[in-house]
Amino acid sequence: MKIHEYQAKAILREFGVPVPAGEVADTPAGARAVAEKLGGRVVVKAQIHAGGRGKGGGIKLADDPPGAEAAARAILGMRLKTPQTPPEGIEVRRVLVEEASPIRQELYLSVTLDRARATCVVMASEAGGMEIEEVAAKSPEKILREWAHPALGLQGFQARTLAFGLGLSGDLFKAAVAAILNLYRCYLAKDCSLAEINPLVVTADGRLLALDAKLNFDDNALYRRPEIRALRDVNEEDPLDVEASKFNLNYIKLTGNVGCMVNGAGLAMATMDIIKLAGGEPANFLDVGGGASPEQIESAFRILSSDPSVKAVFINVFGGILRCDRLAEGVIAAMKKLGLRLPVVVRMEGTNVELGKKMLAESGLALTTAEDMGDGARKVVELARRAA
Amino acid sequence: MSILADKRTRVVVQGITGREGAFHAARCKEYGTTVVGGVTPGKGGTTHDGFPVWNTVAEAVAQEGANCALIFVPPAAAADAILEAAGAGVVLIVCVTEGIPVADMVRAKHFLASTPSRLVGPNCPGVITPGQAKIGIMPGHIHTPGAVGVVSRSGTLTYEVVQQLTQRGIGQSTCVGIGGDPVNGTSFVDVLRLFSEDPETRAIMLIGEIGGTAEEEAAVLIKERVKKPVVAFICGQTAPPGRRMGHAGAIIAGGKGTAAEKMAALGAAGVTLVKSPAEMGATVESVLKSA
Repeated sequence: MKIHEYQAKAILREFGVPVPAGEVADTPAGARAVAEKLGGRVVVKAQIHAGGRGKGGGIKLADDPPGAEAAARAILGMRLKTPQTPPEGIEVRRVLVEEASPIRQELYLSVTLDRARATCVVMASEAGGMEIEEVAAKSPEKILREWAHPALGLQGFQARTLAFGLGLSGDLFKAAVAAILNLYRCYLAKDCSLAEINPLVVTADGRLLALDAKLNFDDNALYRRPEIRALRDVNEEDPLDVEASKFNLNYIKLTGNVGCMVNGAGLAMATMDIIKLAGGEPANFLDVGGGASPEQIESAFRILSSDPSVKAVFINVFGGILRCDRLAEGVIAAMKKLGLRLPVVVRMEGTNVELGKKMLAESGLALTTAEDMGDGARKVVELARRAA
Repeated sequence: MSILADKRTRVVVQGITGREGAFHAARCKEYGTTVVGGVTPGKGGTTHDGFPVWNTVAEAVAQEGANCALIFVPPAAAADAILEAAGAGVVLIVCVTEGIPVADMVRAKHFLASTPSRLVGPNCPGVITPGQAKIGIMPGHIHTPGAVGVVSRSGTLTYEVVQQLTQRGIGQSTCVGIGGDPVNGTSFVDVLRLFSEDPETRAIMLIGEIGGTAEEEAAVLIKERVKKPVVAFICGQTAPPGRRMGHAGAIIAGGKGTAAEKMAALGAAGVTLVKSPAEMGATVESVLKSA
């Protein structure tokens, strides 16, 4: 799960990571009021779940409160387009108004999982302000890494090694050691999957500040982090994804016209691949999971068919935990209830497959059956082409 | 011969009184697996669907010589269940549970490293040695004994390849689902080593997916150590970057973990690559014929 910058900064502040003074506002007048409270120059930042906001016009400097109001008026309500947003952009509903800090140096600091080592890694770099992937590709020696022990955690000497490596000394060194240890503590305590400060700046007056902040969370741990769950902003997510998550379905909208309903993430990806190989384009990734109930399958069908670009649907199910008779029950109920006219190709195998096929055949619905996934992909791509 | 599971495997099911635990304990027993019983803390001394229930894994080990644990415990308690099985000295732990927090798995994996136990999973279909033991949720009837070792990060996609193999009369030595989580117990490399040393396994089918570097690590091992033919399919060739494709581990991040990179690494290691998931069985067949 992702959250906004202003929410991430509030959490960092709680953990003793220094962030600029500032507050969030959802109206131009509100932004002006924050600027008045802060005094001096401020920066007005669009709050959306995507990076690259500055280049898209989502971050503006203002010299005084009227300037902050004008900047907020320009940003609020705009559809901000960045390389990380959908092509149509994301509507900006809030701005973060912060003290503007003259910058002497931009650093990078993050904590994330190192899958290969099965523990988390703290990364620091003098090349802050840039995309870290770019730094890793061009000058990997500029990224310092320390791995936290899975049981003992990040040690003081490791934080010092990183802070010295950043070329810091004196009070800035001490501040950096504290920031590193505190960011790590936050990562663990909140079940983050990524805690990134880019840039971590040294200001002209010698302070260390997290100028930007990104916290992502492990979806599997949200059950024990109600305070994080409460920060979810569904406005930032595709409405169909949100609908799917209500039924514990894994749905991701793509750009093609062949709808897919598959059990299991791997088979769902493979189904997208084979549709493409058959000359079609998948409209979505949809994993109905291992133990999907007829109600869940019905919801899956409703979500799939509510995407107007879908011209045909491919149901590819290999029963393991999921039983084919339950699948058939869900498909029949959904098609009848929704009065569905889309052509549907069904391929199913596994537990109780004969019963499932019998139920589909006796349902009186117009379904095309497929022998295997290659056959199913060819048939559904052809049906989608004819319907388009 | 086979790897990990055979006729001597004695399974204790953790979470046997839950819906999935009870259902699959019965399916495993039907297949011919020795399921000695189950564990649900607080329900020790009772029976469930004819299986004895203990309070702890240690009791199942002491009384019935359980040497394998199959876990269906809900995510919040699953890492603890893994540690309990390892603490009781169970050598093979298969965890089916999906949705365990990564932080819990990081600690569990560290603890396991100090024990002789091997964990398969979590978020996996399990291990099956056809005709001998089924430890997991895979449909048993699609498997047939034979000489192809199957290892996969995916569940249902593994059933797909097994079915394609069986339909061609090609049997499997052992099929191992290592699971789709970013931190898991047994890696491709671990399973490839075992298949490589198993005299009955003549060829290996590997099914990978986007995200992480497990396939690239497998490629390094294959190039250096594996003399048997390896066929691979990587799913997610059409997946967009930055979106988690169902599995917690299946995400292309920072331009890394793409199917193209993985296929290039495996191809360079001499692996036969399959582009279409419908061609997996046929490719293994042709590789076996030319070997």
